[in-house]
Amino acid sequence: MIGMTSWTKSRYLPAVLLVAGLIVTAILPSTGLVNDYLQFVIVSVAINAILCVSLNLVNGWMGEFSVGHAGFMALGAYASAILTVKLFPSAPAALIFPAAVLIGGTVAGLAGIPVGILSFKTRGDYLAIITLAFLMIVKSGLENIPYTGGPRGMLGIPRLTTVAWAYFWCVVAFWAIRNLVYSKYGRGIAAIREDEIAAEAMGVNTRTAKLVAFVTSSFFAGIAGALFAHQLQFINPSSFDILKSTEILVMVYLGGVASLGGSLLGAGFVTILTQCLQPLGTWRMVVLPALLVLLMLFRPGGIMGYRDWNWLKPRIPFRSKPDVKDNGKEEIVP
Amino acid sequence: MKYLAQQAINALQLGSIYALIALGYSMVYGVLTMINFAHGDVFMLGAFFCLLLIAIVPVPFWLALIVVMGATALLGTLIERFAYRPLRNAPRVSAIITALGCGLVIQNTTLGISPYARPMPHLIDNATYQFAGITVTTLQIIIIGVSVALMLVLDFLISKTSFGMAMRAIASDRATVSLLGVPANQVIAVTFALGAALGGAAGLLYGMAYPVVSAAMGITVGWKAFVAAVIGGIGNMRGAVLGAFLLGGVEVMTVAVLPSTYRDLISYSLLLLILVFKPHGLLGKSTIHKA
Amino acid sequence: MRTLPVFTAILCSGAFFLTSCQPTKPSVKIGINAELTGEMPAVGASCKQAAELFAEQANKEGGLSVGATKLPIQLSVVDNSCKADQSAAAAQRLISQDGVLVMVGPDASSCAIPAGEIAEALGCLMISPWSTNPKTTVDSTSGKTKKNVFRACFTDRFESPVLAAFATKKLNAKTAAVLYDVSSEAPTSQSALFKEAFEKAGGKVVAMETYTTGDRDFSAQLTKIRETAPDIIYLPAPYNDTPLIAAQARQLGIKAPFLGSDAWSSPDIIKLDAGKNLEGSYFCNHYSTETPNPKAKQFIADYTAKYGNAPDDVAALTYDAMTLAADSIATAGKTDRAAVRDAMASTRSFDGVTGHFVYPEGAREPAKSAVIMQIKDGGFHWVSTIEP
Repeated sequence: MIGMTSWTKSRYLPAVLLVAGLIVTAILPSTGLVNDYLQFVIVSVAINAILCVSLNLVNGWMGEFSVGHAGFMALGAYASAILTVKLFPSAPAALIFPAAVLIGGTVAGLAGIPVGILSFKTRGDYLAIITLAFLMIVKSGLENIPYTGGPRGMLGIPRLTTVAWAYFWCVVAFWAIRNLVYSKYGRGIAAIREDEIAAEAMGVNTRTAKLVAFVTSSFFAGIAGALFAHQLQFINPSSFDILKSTEILVMVYLGGVASLGGSLLGAGFVTILTQCLQPLGTWRMVVLPALLVLLMLFRPGGIMGYRDWNWLKPRIPFRSKPDVKDNGKEEIVP
Repeated sequence: MKYLAQQAINALQLGSIYALIALGYSMVYGVLTMINFAHGDVFMLGAFFCLLLIAIVPVPFWLALIVVMGATALLGTLIERFAYRPLRNAPRVSAIITALGCGLVIQNTTLGISPYARPMPHLIDNATYQFAGITVTTLQIIIIGVSVALMLVLDFLISKTSFGMAMRAIASDRATVSLLGVPANQVIAVTFALGAALGGAAGLLYGMAYPVVSAAMGITVGWKAFVAAVIGGIGNMRGAVLGAFLLGGVEVMTVAVLPSTYRDLISYSLLLLILVFKPHGLLGKSTIHKA
Repeated sequence: MRTLPVFTAILCSGAFFLTSCQPTKPSVKIGINAELTGEMPAVGASCKQAAELFAEQANKEGGLSVGATKLPIQLSVVDNSCKADQSAAAAQRLISQDGVLVMVGPDASSCAIPAGEIAEALGCLMISPWSTNPKTTVDSTSGKTKKNVFRACFTDRFESPVLAAFATKKLNAKTAAVLYDVSSEAPTSQSALFKEAFEKAGGKVVAMETYTTGDRDFSAQLTKIRETAPDIIYLPAPYNDTPLIAAQARQLGIKAPFLGSDAWSSPDIIKLDAGKNLEGSYFCNHYSTETPNPKAKQFIADYTAKYGNAPDDVAALTYDAMTLAADSIATAGKTDRAAVRDAMASTRSFDGVTGHFVYPEGAREPAKSAVIMQIKDGGFHWVSTIEP
């Protein structure tokens, strides 16, 4: 029939699937099909995916090398935990949790502003050091604040992260970053990666682009941190050290830089593999980096570097023939 | 006053060890513009090679130093040949991540083989000297002495020999250098070997100073030395040494005056401050760059 | 290569579901949450070995009697790397995934506290063999005692006054300096309680210096301590930090004797002390291999026969924790977590390898004796026993 396209190409399909996913994850715990531990792993995958995609924005699309991501995560975790544990311990979960997560994200996002400003003048390895310094300052600063438990951390954070919430925030993060990346800001960010001076010459406001990238990246890292705190019920500054940043880096570069699908893949692969290889003990931390090194030697961008699955890309307008075979080799790739 | 002088000696010891490691980072960055994140773990292996050596045949200190430096030099060359050379023309980030991966592999393999901390056997007779209320041990003298000696040798090598000239040439412009008849690959390999040897020496000295050796010691010290190299201007040898002693001094003095939890906060804030005002480090060259 | 991402995705999901399949065979599952890697692998190894010895001995006789039948013990060992967040994850894995009836461990207080939160939330009995920090059994939000978390050892509230009394009476110390790891729960609470007890006993603490986990250079703190010239130095540091601190202290010319907490108790401390700087130092322990207790002697003989080295206090306490768990399961008569927990709570007295335990009503830790040991001639030697 004229005008009728197959349901897989319906413009409402993604929205329907996402809502269905939300419903599934909301009722999943009560069905008893998936035990607590598996839920724990699924939530961890979601949190790591948010961390990956937000780091990918700065490391992948903008081409920098930020090692301070765990610092933003820490700020989000602590900010949200202060809210739920110290300030409003008896508020109803459905109200306080989204507020806490948002506030965690905001605090982290605000912290992204100075780092973004510092990135105007420095690039490359010096920016890496600045992000490292930022991470260590955050970690060390938290160790010296007795209100949040100092170096021994904060206990008793309520278990508010459910599979549904983790899924929700994961979808929001991917959706927001996808839209950012395929927008004019995203083009600007990618232009900075390719050649900053040329980008500036072509009219890209590099300062705005850098700020937008850093703030968005740190905002979502903060959200991931808040979810992390409410899953583990306990946080201390040493959970957010250079090792944590390294873990996230491994996930990003394994899955694929500048790729949404790659972030998801990297997060899932590394998280699940870490859990599955538990019996190997320390040796599992030899397997993962060795895989990474091999991958770098043969596929420097990661498994899905600089590419994405079609269903993650926004629909390009003005496509007159909706059933044209789309083999993924889009020319317009940010 | 003597309290401060005592702390100054502590700072000198710490700074010397950081300096040896920082030199390794700077050398590699100078020729390849690459941060060799596996360097911290090469440092850790220096201490472990020493343990292995002493377990097989007890040797005096100076011989152990030479053997360990040789072993780590070989290791450094191998890593360069198989992990970094294939990525010479790949995006810089891949090389950095490979370095990170190599470092993790080395660290966790060592951890898997030796999960327990091990004691470092005594290599020298440690006598304590007291003068003017300050205590100095033979060990401290040896550490500071050996570090300074190695640094002077390196400085001589870089500024007064033709090999050093080749290194500096490659640091300036790698592509042209091969056209002028300099065997770039060999020079780079030897640079790595030298850097790793210094790291190995640092590992041995560190193991002697803090005689409980564990596989995890590479990370913290490695990153600190890297920070020191950057403070001084990465790629610049004298800057690396300056940065290292500065960092050692700041760390010791912070703990001398404030509770130890402030140490990292002050060190890294100082680093940030230096980078804000001198984005290329204290002795680094600044390039014209749009702000 | 578009197949690579798809392939990895399938590999992930496959691995995921495979590991969630559990073989079913009737048995009593006991979980061991141990520090097998990280800062104190010797502690985790002792814990694991003692648990395995107990399981082997029990299974040789057909297992534990649960009601009318005898079920074999199946141990589930998970490593917590001596890190708090991994300890919580390990507890989660043991209780939800492996479905254990009782969790034994973790030993380090910084790991036991978060694991205790998880055990309490999921309603599973947890017995920590070695964690002396009072916070392990107290709920951090409500301040009330946890229902499900118990210990096999005494707490710092008992240990610190014992050490303070020993320091003032036997060592005639009037001034003390303390150097401790401020980022770890156990040393921090031990130091605070020691200071309180020492000052109550008439002494004066002249220096309270701190360091963070992983630090190697203590010269700055020790130089500060040297200025205050204390009579003794209290070092509640684990077995791999203490030799370092002692070596640096002696190098700086500090001659004061060292005093330690039960964190010193691993024999590895002597192995790591190449410079014999700890010779003659005293510390507080949970039991001594020189004990006349016949149960202990039997245990020491069995352990040494199986593993080749004498058991340390972590091993002995784990063995006692396992016995307590087994007895609770037998008393409960069924593999139900609530029943086992109630059986444990109703235990009033118990005779174990580490001595006689008395659990007052509502208490989660036993009242039992402590021993003071001295490091001499390359070994631990019993000095005195202090009753509760």
